[in-house]
Amino acid sequence: MDFLRPASWEEALAAKAEHPTAVPIAGGTDVMVEINFDHRRPEYLLDLNRIGELSEWEVGEENVLLGASVPYSAIMENLRTELPGLALASHTVASPQIRNRGGVGGNLGTASPAGDAHPALLAADCEVEVESVRGSRLIPIDAFYTGVKRNALAADELIKRVHIKKADGPQQYSKVGTRNAMVIAVCAFGIALHPETRTVRTGIGSAAPTPIRAKAAEEFLNAALEEGGFWESRKIITPSIAKQFAELASGSANPIDDVRGTASYRRHAVGIMARRTLGWTWESYRGEGRSSIEGVA
Amino acid sequence: MRVNFTVNGRQQEADDVWEGESLLYVLRERMGLPGSKNACEQGECGSCTVRLNGLPVCSCLVAAGQAEGSEIVTVEGLADYAKHRDDSHPGGGCGSVCGGTSLQEARQWQAKGTDGQTGEGGQLSPIQQAFIDAGAVQCGFCTPGLLVAADELLERNASPSDADIREALSGNLCRCTGYETILDAVRLAAARQEETV
Repeated sequence: MDFLRPASWEEALAAKAEHPTAVPIAGGTDVMVEINFDHRRPEYLLDLNRIGELSEWEVGEENVLLGASVPYSAIMENLRTELPGLALASHTVASPQIRNRGGVGGNLGTASPAGDAHPALLAADCEVEVESVRGSRLIPIDAFYTGVKRNALAADELIKRVHIKKADGPQQYSKVGTRNAMVIAVCAFGIALHPETRTVRTGIGSAAPTPIRAKAAEEFLNAALEEGGFWESRKIITPSIAKQFAELASGSANPIDDVRGTASYRRHAVGIMARRTLGWTWESYRGEGRSSIEGVA
Repeated sequence: MRVNFTVNGRQQEADDVWEGESLLYVLRERMGLPGSKNACEQGECGSCTVRLNGLPVCSCLVAAGQAEGSEIVTVEGLADYAKHRDDSHPGGGCGSVCGGTSLQEARQWQAKGTDGQTGEGGQLSPIQQAFIDAGAVQCGFCTPGLLVAADELLERNASPSDADIREALSGNLCRCTGYETILDAVRLAAARQEETV
């Protein structure tokens, strides 16, 4: 095994081009487990810890440019307003020790359907900026996950940062597990209201071969909210709409039975989380409406 | 490969480190610092918790080469670290900014009546004393990781709520105590800390 320690992003890209089999390591919370258990003996480890820009973020007009190695603890502390869904998801990642090391780049690189960040990224909408010596490109999150633990990255590419839409409305995140810390999701659900475009986006974790959106549920809800004038009136979403949304979300899941839970439990739980998180986000959207009206008065 | 870093205020160098080796292995097997415990090797149990540039991390998940040039505090250095913090940064931590122990202090360092094997007669940090006084140690295997995590909590948050304590220690498993005495110990250390400030 060789340990490559590039001092700059350019050096890292050159190293990855020269050794496409090199395994990038940043927080190490996935890679080191595999090495410790002898499940993996990469020829090259490509340490990204010396590249400071990967741990930086930038809040722009429309997007947050989140460096691949920004630890979950920093997201929780600093980006709660701009990325509320991801901040909530970050808080459910393992433990403080793991959150101090792990970041979104690792979740995306591993592309496990159980990665905690995925449902929040799907719901918020984002693009993954990847780069190689050949150039850089932005991969829409909807096209990023290509299979179980597979993503759209080419062998010579590295994940630089994620361009995540700043929240323009309430976001929520829910995760089912056996305890409140140190737990891999049985399944998870993320939701983001986008009042500017009058759309709702969702993300489902651990209930399909890849992280997915509940597209049928989104389409149904977007149409129902539009038709009923809910975005303007901010009235309570009728239970029948919420129920239908939950059923469609549940239906878009394609889970398996495994040690953490059965497929039917996961399908059921996705529906419950969809209904609850919709209720929570809609309640705060209604609250925002009330306070802005009061503000005017 | 060769790896250089500072452990408990002293510059250390490890040779012939295998590229896939963890920081935990280097600390225990190459530096003779077996305080950090090796249990799950997957970041689940927290018994290998150390401070890496000020942050609590699972040393089993840090590749040794990634620690090159960094500042590490293990449970063995916790008393010195806490003393330095009280002397130089009252009410806060130095983290990676000053590296825990100054060169001057490191040069003057000597084992003060400490039995190298058992640590008997050595100085304890306030959190260590509180763990003893509250009866928070049974088999003791989880204790070093809990001490490092709890000490960092009290550095950041002088009067933590019970929820804060549970959150800060949520990555450390204990199979003996049922956690109640551990929570007691952290509350005790926090209360004593408030008395002295």
